[in-house]
Amino acid sequence: MMNPTSRVHPPVDTRPLAMRRRGRAYLQVAVLGISLFMLLPIYLISLAALSTRESLNRFPLSLLPTDVSFETLAAFLGSTGIVGAFGNSIIVGVGTLALSALFGIPAGYALARFAFAGKEPYQLFLLFTRALPIVVLSVPLAHLFLVAGIYDTTTGVILLHAALALPTTILISASVFLSVPRDVEEAARIFGCSPAGAFLKVVMPMALPGLAAASIFTFVMSWNEVLGASILTLDHRTLPAQVLTSLSDSPLAYRFAGGFALVVPSIIFIAFMRRFLTNMWGSTIR
Amino acid sequence: MAVESVLSAPALAVSVRPRRIPPAVWLIGPSIVFMAFLLGWPVVQGVLQAFRNEEGFTLEFVARMADDPYFWPAVRNTFLLIAVMIPLQFAFAIAMALLLRANPRFHKAHFFIWAIPLALSDLAAGLVWLAIFNDRGYLNSALSLVGLEGASWLAYDNQTALFVCVLIAEVWRSTSLVLVIVVSGLQGIPRDYDEAAQVFGAGFWQRLRHVTLPLLKPSLQVALILRTILAFQTFAVAQALTGQNFPLVVGETYRWYTGLQNPNVAAALALIILGASLVTSIFYLRALREKGQGN
Repeated sequence: MMNPTSRVHPPVDTRPLAMRRRGRAYLQVAVLGISLFMLLPIYLISLAALSTRESLNRFPLSLLPTDVSFETLAAFLGSTGIVGAFGNSIIVGVGTLALSALFGIPAGYALARFAFAGKEPYQLFLLFTRALPIVVLSVPLAHLFLVAGIYDTTTGVILLHAALALPTTILISASVFLSVPRDVEEAARIFGCSPAGAFLKVVMPMALPGLAAASIFTFVMSWNEVLGASILTLDHRTLPAQVLTSLSDSPLAYRFAGGFALVVPSIIFIAFMRRFLTNMWGSTIR
Repeated sequence: MAVESVLSAPALAVSVRPRRIPPAVWLIGPSIVFMAFLLGWPVVQGVLQAFRNEEGFTLEFVARMADDPYFWPAVRNTFLLIAVMIPLQFAFAIAMALLLRANPRFHKAHFFIWAIPLALSDLAAGLVWLAIFNDRGYLNSALSLVGLEGASWLAYDNQTALFVCVLIAEVWRSTSLVLVIVVSGLQGIPRDYDEAAQVFGAGFWQRLRHVTLPLLKPSLQVALILRTILAFQTFAVAQALTGQNFPLVVGETYRWYTGLQNPNVAAALALIILGASLVTSIFYLRALREKGQGN
């Protein structure tokens, strides 16, 4: 009798649904807008670094990659000291990483596993060292390193960077070791491992991913540090220090190429670290 | 066997005593020595350098520092930058973290993009924005494409524009640090609280003000301490964008040390940063403790 299509539906209030849809749309727009704000400057510095010197002198500048060329970048890489500075940056970064891991990982392990007298003051001390500005350390250290004969060497910069990175390394590795259950270590001991053996064969493999992320973080800190490196060196500068000291007497094209050379590695670093970003910064930083 | 153990017993007693040093000391000791040598000692030396000449205690370097025409502008700029930047970037970071929590499409990719500046130095950020803000840069180009007259954003006589340029570059670069800390803080808060508040009819702002932010307080505290200390050390971004036109305290230290070759005045300037960092850290820690007692 009654045709199903002609059945009268009760009136459905679609407003909440529409509101929700609109909310989702706004959300997407806001998120895309922020990503655009973050990416646009990186796009523009790449554009500037990858264009010819003539096209940089034109006005208005083209906002699209119309004439891509490696001329500016090649000139930057070919200018005095840049290749050496790249090398120095890598040496300093790796040296910092090694030194801070050497001192920091044992200390982090002790913080995670042992209760000892003075633990609280030690943690407070670590917090305090985080508040030490690089500039306070660099000027006196320059004097000390001059006396010790390691002024203007990568060793000096490594020592400064390792000292700066050490508190963070200790805190991060402590939190990494805390996430390795104590039970597995005890099990290894019961089955006859020495303490060192249990650490190396059982704890270390489990902690390694977190520690690797922490070391990339140390490397990035060293790679980016400008002030200390430029105060402690004259001829053996790291890349940022080299760029900083030649800023005032260099053409714009050189500066843009320098900026680009500093930006690219950081994107790679973040790509490596991204899985660890939140758990590294979350629980550990205190 | 028995003989052996009898023989070794006194030897053991002697050799055990030094071994009583707990393993923690062996693990932690080197780091303390290392930091005392490379962090503690330079601070002491820095104080001496700033307040001592050949004859003994002196305020000569402090006076020279204060007489420099760049000094007071540098102090003013540094504090102004912090006062404006910190609230601004915390508001941004919290908003960004809440947007991410609402689970937009591709939120992982967006988080990656927003975290990129985390690995950028302030020098790099300065150079990036120099490409945009310089007289013949991308901002003026874009303005002229839509038929507007550009401006000299980085001119010496326009301190407000300089300030805004440095501010934008620094907010762009350093907000990601706050973002990452806030995001990880949010991950630690169970959604139940928020949903419970929602069930009881709390609006968005009420939930933010009375549920989310109080639970985020520990993360915010850490982020505040870190960011403020790092913000006091801002200098390369201003150096890259403006040269000497927008002095900051750490930039002045650099200038006194490398340009004017006077490590003593540089040390005096560095102590201002040290003092400011310590005072703000203690202030934030105090604020945390007082609120902790209130709960």
